Amino acid sequence: MRVMVIVKASADSEAGGMPDARELAEMGKFNEKLAEAGVLLMAEGLQASSKGVRVRFDGKQRTVIDGPFAETRELVAGFWLWQVRSMEEAIEWIKRAPLFDGGMEIELRPVAEMEDFGDAVTPETIREYETKVLKKAAKLREKAAKH
Amino acid sequence: MTTADVHRTIETVWKIEAPRLIAGLARMLRDVGQAEDLAQEALVVALERWPHDGVPDNPGAWLMTTAKRRAIDQLRHNRMRDDKQAALDYELQPDAMTHAPDHADALDDDIGDDLLRLIFTACHPVLTRDMQVALTLRMLGGLTTPEIARAFLVPEPTVAQRIVRAKRTLAEKHVPFEVPRGEDLAPRLAAVLEVVYLIFNEGYTATTGEDWSRPALCEEAMRLGRVLAGLAPREPEVHGLLALMEIQASRLHARTAADGTPILLLDQDRARWDRLLIRRGLAGLERVEQLDGADGNYALQAAIAACHARALHARDTDWARIAALYAKLAVVAPSPVVELNRAVAVSMAEGPEAGLNLVDALQNERALRDYHLLPSVRGDLLFKLGRCDEARAEFERAAALTGNARESELLRQRAEACVER
Repeated sequence: MRVMVIVKASADSEAGGMPDARELAEMGKFNEKLAEAGVLLMAEGLQASSKGVRVRFDGKQRTVIDGPFAETRELVAGFWLWQVRSMEEAIEWIKRAPLFDGGMEIELRPVAEMEDFGDAVTPETIREYETKVLKKAAKLREKAAKH
Repeated sequence: MTTADVHRTIETVWKIEAPRLIAGLARMLRDVGQAEDLAQEALVVALERWPHDGVPDNPGAWLMTTAKRRAIDQLRHNRMRDDKQAALDYELQPDAMTHAPDHADALDDDIGDDLLRLIFTACHPVLTRDMQVALTLRMLGGLTTPEIARAFLVPEPTVAQRIVRAKRTLAEKHVPFEVPRGEDLAPRLAAVLEVVYLIFNEGYTATTGEDWSRPALCEEAMRLGRVLAGLAPREPEVHGLLALMEIQASRLHARTAADGTPILLLDQDRARWDRLLIRRGLAGLERVEQLDGADGNYALQAAIAACHARALHARDTDWARIAALYAKLAVVAPSPVVELNRAVAVSMAEGPEAGLNLVDALQNERALRDYHLLPSVRGDLLFKLGRCDEARAEFERAAALTGNARESELLRQRAEACVER
């Protein structure tokens, strides 16, 4: 299974603060361990929310709102994507992460896989959907052939 | 935490720590079997104590310290038995143990090398392929005997026996715990990669969804591939194999219909291919090229898989490039099956006639005598050329040869279609 590990923003990250050399080295070491265990798929840090935008949908209207955004604790500052065998394994790994001792909360969320859609996606619904799409495709082909 | 929670935690910690523990201990003891036994003993101690004392802050170091204490006892015991044993010189100062966590950390620095040694030992040629697979999954995957048995659909005692025999064989043959150097490396690395790919294929060919532990086997093989790529970053074939596995695995969700029927590559819904795995696979191939390894066996297979991955629609497939890659593969890893695949690619690139010429050259190939895909491919090419009677005979022959009921049915349908035409 894949798990996204979400690191929330802090006042520091929002101020555009970047980790210093020592912190980078420590995090690098942790990432190395993750890679060594074959767990690491992706690791990305995001720029401060002042560099980002939000697009609000309201009916047909779209409004672009420039950052920075408030609610620092709810902002995402970076993420990992891990391949693990269980949620427990992801938890074991995150417990070993450096740099968060100052009081951080890291969120771990399993990435949805086909089979996780549960009852919403049954073999029947997939088949139904596929038949529908195939019929449409056939019609389009017929139409194309006539032209 | 309830005891059940603690046990789950221990199991998880074990899966993460087992390879590092076993590798570190094996370096000390020069005996993989003993190392595994000691690591297991440490696990048992954890199972006894953690439910009462709580899970330690650094469970990995705790396990390592516990196991190393026992390892040192073992070494002392060995020394009494045989004073000359070379392994003894290794870190025997008793005070090293009073700073046990530091000790475990110090070991960490070399852990990459140790893991690499462990992989090479588990895949040593004195072992049969079955033993290599079982030992690799056990020591590097942290899988239990029942888990391995379930993954390979073999009885548990069989797996247990393979592991016991493997460990005994390694000890009896005095297999050194090391990564081969110089000209010994390439063939041994090839064997390691083969074991990993075998594990992957065991998971990949099991298509139906009943037993989810088999796609897990693909994931385990990819994990091992990633570990290897991290440990041996300069070996292009390692990246080639990983790229091949990632690109193939990207299709896992698309290769069976809802009712379990296999869907052929060209008919798959490519929207269901896993883009992340494809991206990783393509990046891996770039790495292979930087390392001048594009002509390696796995690199070529990965490059072929990449041609399909790059095509958003089946009709966009670069068949000429695939045919050229198969031609190269036929040189690096010659086999009639590769030739047959090349024939298909050539027929897609240049037309059925050109493909048929290549297939006809394979007609007397002994290795393909009972291989249903030969008449199946030939039938398809003949059908495309309008030679329906011949095509029908080939489809019927193919249907009789395949052991798979679904495939056989499909081939019979194709044979019938020849009559109607």
